[in-house]
Amino acid sequence: MATATAKTLRHSANQPVRTKSRSLWQEAMGRLVRNRAALTGGIIIILLVLTAIFADFIAPFPYDKQSLLHANAVPTWITKVFPWLQLYAVPGEQFPMGADAVGRDLFSRIVYGTRVSLAVAFIGPIISLFIGVIYGSISGFFGGRIDNIMMRVVDVLYAFPGLLFIILLMAFFRTTLAQPEPGTFAYYVGELDAKFGGLLFIMIGIGLTGWETQARVTRGQVLSVREKEYIEAARTIGATNRRIMFRHILPNILGPLIVLETLSIPSYIYTEAFLSFIGLGVNPPTPSWGSMISDGSRALRAYPNQAIFPALALAITMFAFNFLGDGLRDALEPRLRGTQG
Amino acid sequence: MSAYIIRRLIYMLVVLFVVAGITFTLMHAVPGGPFDNEKQLPPEIQANKEKYYHLNDPLYLQFFSYLSEVTIPRVTTQPPSLRADDDYLLNLKIGNYWLKWMNFGPSYASRSRTVNDIFRDQLPVSFQLGTFAVLIAVMIGAPLGIFSALNHNKWPDYLGIGLAIMGVSVPTIVLGPILVLIFGVWLKWLPPSGWGAKPPFVLGLFPSGLGWDYFKYAVLPSFVLGFGSSAVIARLTRASLLQVVSDDYIRTARAKGLTERAIITVHALKNALIPVVTVLGPLFAALVTGTFITELVFGIPGLGKYFVTSISNRDYPVIMGTILLYAVFLVISNLVVDIIYAYLDPRIRYN
Repeated sequence: MATATAKTLRHSANQPVRTKSRSLWQEAMGRLVRNRAALTGGIIIILLVLTAIFADFIAPFPYDKQSLLHANAVPTWITKVFPWLQLYAVPGEQFPMGADAVGRDLFSRIVYGTRVSLAVAFIGPIISLFIGVIYGSISGFFGGRIDNIMMRVVDVLYAFPGLLFIILLMAFFRTTLAQPEPGTFAYYVGELDAKFGGLLFIMIGIGLTGWETQARVTRGQVLSVREKEYIEAARTIGATNRRIMFRHILPNILGPLIVLETLSIPSYIYTEAFLSFIGLGVNPPTPSWGSMISDGSRALRAYPNQAIFPALALAITMFAFNFLGDGLRDALEPRLRGTQG
Repeated sequence: MSAYIIRRLIYMLVVLFVVAGITFTLMHAVPGGPFDNEKQLPPEIQANKEKYYHLNDPLYLQFFSYLSEVTIPRVTTQPPSLRADDDYLLNLKIGNYWLKWMNFGPSYASRSRTVNDIFRDQLPVSFQLGTFAVLIAVMIGAPLGIFSALNHNKWPDYLGIGLAIMGVSVPTIVLGPILVLIFGVWLKWLPPSGWGAKPPFVLGLFPSGLGWDYFKYAVLPSFVLGFGSSAVIARLTRASLLQVVSDDYIRTARAKGLTERAIITVHALKNALIPVVTVLGPLFAALVTGTFITELVFGIPGLGKYFVTSISNRDYPVIMGTILLYAVFLVISNLVVDIIYAYLDPRIRYN
């Protein structure tokens, strides 16, 4: 579908009569909106963002409000789906999805958990993009020996198991900054992390481990753009390296980078969920879908709702970002539809 | 070609050395030691333990003695004993001498188990699981990709791509517990946890019996692991087949009047699957060693948990061992893939 529309667009560009010229980005936007799967993904993401922003108004309870009387409480509609729950579950109509083992409302915790997942989804890419683009463009721009050395470093980093590296980093951050002297830099970073509920280190860790692919792609793009005539032209009129880099090269290689980054967002979300699942993620009681799935899967047989709902939330979010990323790729690089992992 | 392989092998050794160095530095940079328990040990005992494991030596000395234990073969007249510090992965008897190679050190978490014990007992389980997962990923992914490409831009294509996206979107921590719940707990078709083979393993890696009693444990976890990776393979197969189909030699085949089936199976697929081979290397390394969540969810006695517990326990030799194992798997499978690649596509010549 997307290729077909791309063809008609290109065809119409050859027509002499044109009322309005459209930039590449506008064309891409048009293609994106016409892709139904991507549009659905985008709408879901907007809804998730709204949920995260207005969590205080949507959630019926604070995420950390415990009520031991309602531990593992279940509303009536869930007992209809899982009939055996009638035998032992505490009824709790006020909880739309039931309550967890210490009587916290699952729905509220899922709503607040959106914040954690989305923060990772948006800030993780910024860090990895920042490092990867700078690294890759230096490597590609200067070429030669610098390029060779810088890319060998990336090769070595590739030989590390990513999750293991992140676990080591988390252990490092958490213990180094556990009880620092007040007033030192480490102290302020630790404070900041505590304010984010432990999220800061996760994002730094994700950013530090996720940039290698970015760097490789950036380098490849820079290498291919570097020899183009317009770069030559810019150089002849005496543009500085920095100007060529930022004004001429970067805007032209942005498309593939955005696509790659959108497609890696689900893996960032998953990394956070994974870290929380194994207990190295956010600090309790900050709700994260990963830790909720972990808690819930311990009571999988007795109270399936406690694992299923956060699992659904996680899967839907990853779906949305994957569909959007796929659509973005089709829109920005119609020729490449379906390529790259 | 052989010059290329030798160069690659040297390069591999450099990579492994750097990986070992970085890991060693990083893990010693993390504060706390292996014997810092919540229950404080008497200082003399703590000091003795650290002395026993040479933890008081300068770091560079520890690093190089570790490397020499792992890499340099020993020749002695002593037969292998059961002592924990005399546990070599390879023991060869040559005349009156014993050649011993690769001692990955003790595990601080246990007085009697060594890292080599973990490699002997746990690695084969993860290896089997990972191999099944790669097979399942290819078995689901490749047909899905071919199916999508043959119906390019029609509804089966969208269905195939949708399925592929579903594969990457439903993570193990979601799919695993749900499948355990459905097939293990409710339907009781398959065991919810465990693994069907116990040490000793044939050739150190393979299970001794291959019956249903073995496979019934493997079905769910291999599916969960493989399904996620099948998406990558499906997308790659689809893209590469689409590209190949528009090549000139396919047009020639069409012009000769071959049937569509012959064109696809004989001419197109063979070339389209070449790029797919490249992702199998990293995939294999990741699936064989990095299956922590799946092993946790399905209660499989594999290697995965050591990746995580070793770090929180500051179990230095286990951290080094597991990371090096992963790196070795990765570089070797990449090399094998590159060699296969050159074999499949004669145009590729490494110089």
